Amino acid sequence: MPDRFDLPVDIGLIALGLLILFTALSVVVLSLTWLERKFLGRLQRRLGPTRTGPMGLLQPVADALKLVLKEDLIPAWADRTVFWVAPLIVLVPSFMIWVTIPAANNLVLRNLDMGLFYIVAFSVVTILGLVLAGWGSANKYGTLGGLRSAAQLISYEIPVIMVVISVAMLAQSLDLREISNFQYPGVQSSPQESGFTNIPYAVIMPLGLVIFLIAGLAELGRTPFDIYFAESEIVGGPFVEYSGAHWSVFFLAEYMNTFAIAALTALLFLGGWHGPFLPDWIWFLIKAYFVVLLIFWVRGTFPRLRIDQLMAFAWQVMVPLSFVNIVIVAIYLFYGWPWWAASLLSLACTMVIGYLVYKHMSRPAARVAEVYRRQQQANLKRKLEVGGR
Amino acid sequence: MTEVLFGIAAAMTLGGGLGVVATRNVVHAALFLLLSLVSVAGLYLLLFAEFLALVQVLIYGGAIIIVLLFAIMLTRTREYPRISDNRQWPLAILAAGGLFAVVTAAFLWKPAPDAEPQGPGLAKLGETLFTDWALPFEVASLVLLVALIGAIIIARAGGRG
Repeated sequence: MPDRFDLPVDIGLIALGLLILFTALSVVVLSLTWLERKFLGRLQRRLGPTRTGPMGLLQPVADALKLVLKEDLIPAWADRTVFWVAPLIVLVPSFMIWVTIPAANNLVLRNLDMGLFYIVAFSVVTILGLVLAGWGSANKYGTLGGLRSAAQLISYEIPVIMVVISVAMLAQSLDLREISNFQYPGVQSSPQESGFTNIPYAVIMPLGLVIFLIAGLAELGRTPFDIYFAESEIVGGPFVEYSGAHWSVFFLAEYMNTFAIAALTALLFLGGWHGPFLPDWIWFLIKAYFVVLLIFWVRGTFPRLRIDQLMAFAWQVMVPLSFVNIVIVAIYLFYGWPWWAASLLSLACTMVIGYLVYKHMSRPAARVAEVYRRQQQANLKRKLEVGGR
Repeated sequence: MTEVLFGIAAAMTLGGGLGVVATRNVVHAALFLLLSLVSVAGLYLLLFAEFLALVQVLIYGGAIIIVLLFAIMLTRTREYPRISDNRQWPLAILAAGGLFAVVTAAFLWKPAPDAEPQGPGLAKLGETLFTDWALPFEVASLVLLVALIGAIIIARAGGRG
């Protein structure tokens, strides 16, 4: 029996690689927390943290210290095993997907042929941890949050997977390295024979990019979609009973996932680490942090949805749209259209649907404005009548 | 190395399965089931079937266990966490034993050829699925569609009543 596992596998080297990856990710997470506070502050005309270190740069360190020193409470009625295991079930997949996300051509722990599918498969397991955390803490809000997270995350998983499939169709590969090489001219000729197709997939299918970003936000549970730990409704959902180190594990996982979505957006749609002049990994960081800032911007701008709005949006808008996206890509590939035709079609779809959604969303507000206008008119009339008398 | 890894994965699969039937708590049983199913994914990995292993994690580890937990939580969990034992256990033993006997007999009757294990590759797999096995594939999707429509009808009827 040929034995692939008898290769001279150096366990020490693997452990070292994982350790380096974990350290790098922790640094990224610390930088993200600082960036988020600073950026949100600026959006809200505040300064953000200023007291700890220059420009508040040491704030994440202070936060981390505070979290570690905090008392780690376990509710008396909690299911202790589940309560302990849940944060790990959330963290481990979020860390594991980073094993195959490349930051540059050779800056990856282990490039897998089916990297994209691997990421999709393992990111689903995170949901399980949230559900268990909610249930295990023996708290009604926690259980509600757990149920909400399962409903939300499974629903938004479908558009994400559909868009990932359309990317795989374009690249004819699930290898993240190949996918991003195809998006820059002169690296690796793309699988399509005709036409000039070595361009970022964001240009070929803007619709896919939009769906991926929105559904990715929902997967992360960041602000417009933070239904499952909505503080003002269910006071933190699955995390309500967690404190100290256990809570910080969830926190770490959330920010790792945020950066993972940003990195995947960069790799799948924005041409990966390719770019002129600067070294590869700097381009990767620039693109990933750009997407991260976009995510923070959305957080600073939009109010939270309601759970029924969220589910309706998933099933009535995102899922059909993701199928439309696949059909466009399939037509483009099958008939060998020039890339700009697919691009225009996709862009037109995005615009039309975006306009329709905007009209639908702003309908209640428009009605309120209408009622207000009529009241004003009536008041004015009455005043005129009173004055006339 | 393979033997060691196989031993670990097999032990985890069996241990998880044993935990499922032995534990008194339904949620713990679901967790043991997760352990067992993920270990099966490890076994697939040892058989060079990476795609199957990932599908196993995605479908069983993710979707099915989540739906299972969802169902457990929607029922009144605190009132009967000890439901994993009822009067059907002799029947269950009979069914499990029967299946085990049939599978073992089949293996003894016709042992697997001593071929070199090799992954078919994703492209090859997709090609076979959509050419040689196109009809079963379509039938499977039809079955899923019927199940979906059925679920919607049941949900609507419940909502009206």
